[in-house]
Amino acid sequence: MKKIHYQDIVEEVKTMCMKSNYNLGDDVYTAFKQALKTEKSETGKEVLTQLIDNADIAKAEQVPMCQDTGTAVFIVEVGQDCHIEGGKLGDAINEGVAKGYGEGYLRNSMIYNPLNRQNTGNNTPAIVHIDLVEGDTLTFHMTAKGGGAENMSDLKMLKPSDGIEGAKEYILSIVKEAGPNACPPLVVGIGIGGNFERCAYLAKKSLFRPLGVRHEDPAVADLEMELMEEINRLGIGPQGMGGSTTALDVKVEVESCHIAALPVAVNLNCHASRHQTISM
Amino acid sequence: MQKKIHLPLTEEDLLSLKAGDRVLLSGVVYTARDAAHKRMVEQEKEGIPLPIDLKGQVLYYVGPTPAKPGEVIGSAGPTTSGRMDAYTPRLLEKGLKGMIGKGYRNEEVKTAMVKHKAVYFGAVGGAAALIARSIKKAEVIAYEDLGTEAIRKLTIEDFPVFVINDTHGGDIYQEGVAQFKS
Repeated sequence: MKKIHYQDIVEEVKTMCMKSNYNLGDDVYTAFKQALKTEKSETGKEVLTQLIDNADIAKAEQVPMCQDTGTAVFIVEVGQDCHIEGGKLGDAINEGVAKGYGEGYLRNSMIYNPLNRQNTGNNTPAIVHIDLVEGDTLTFHMTAKGGGAENMSDLKMLKPSDGIEGAKEYILSIVKEAGPNACPPLVVGIGIGGNFERCAYLAKKSLFRPLGVRHEDPAVADLEMELMEEINRLGIGPQGMGGSTTALDVKVEVESCHIAALPVAVNLNCHASRHQTISM
Repeated sequence: MQKKIHLPLTEEDLLSLKAGDRVLLSGVVYTARDAAHKRMVEQEKEGIPLPIDLKGQVLYYVGPTPAKPGEVIGSAGPTTSGRMDAYTPRLLEKGLKGMIGKGYRNEEVKTAMVKHKAVYFGAVGGAAALIARSIKKAEVIAYEDLGTEAIRKLTIEDFPVFVINDTHGGDIYQEGVAQFKS
């Protein structure tokens, strides 16, 4: 059985927190450059130019590209044949987050209790989802998820009779309502199916897929493309000041659900779409 | 077209700025976000004077990252302004003339902006490392216990913004979307 040490997880997590906040993903950078070529609004082009310059500065100086350095969200694929030594996985992740945010000069945005709003001082707790998988590898998918886009996200239990048209109408209404608040151009993550909490998780999970990579099921991939086109016809544009680039990408994940249900969740991500993956 | 404005905003600046204008701001602005707004307005209700005289001033909605050693400030882009809407009309009554943030304002704030002749600027959300370059001085002047949410006095130079809502009721969020919807 493969052994993975607690302290090694701490170090990997720390590095992921810093890198995700300093270095814009190549997939997102490429999407900015592409959008700059196709964007119809001059204001929109100016916004995209600022975002490209910003990414260059953040990377060169190793500083956070955004002051909202996010909630650290992890999906951990735990190979059932690996063994973690020296402590609990959850503790290792939180220790890594505390170190990464502290040593990396990242902002602490987490509070103990939404009702009394006192800052925890080290950006923990992280939000951790565990997926048990075959093999002996531990894979961490991490996103530093900003509050602005998360606040404009939504979930609705539609009726089966609403069908795909109802789902699309609902998704478009959420993007429209979010307007400038979620920091467009967006990455739109959509969960369809599961139950109430699973649906929200699917929407979040979809955001971990790199930009430009379509769903492996051709029908879902088509839905992603259709939604992308319709969202970009809304006219919201970069930062909501009008334009043809409202979404850089749309991601959909679909799962089984109850005969009575059609859950749909829309998890909006700002343009930075910070995500990192490492395997141990 | 890019305008350069030196703060504080003059009556002429306030009347001439139009929704959609690109502006480079220089001068002094004060930072305040959720917690500082809440405290200012609650204390003011109890008769405790505001920690800064807002007459003619500009507030920037930001909670920066910690400054690295030797830096003036960390990354410092705008946060979502709508969360300040509950407190803004009172601050406009106290003489506030400009706000920098991102995202929608509610009808009450927009009406109060027209009434009190104030402008709402949008900075590019997420361009925080770029924006930090135009911040030349930063000093905590009130509510230090609020950490990133403390009130800071910033000296800025060519700070890039767009006019979102002007003093005549113009709104680039509405006008821009109407123009590019297809």
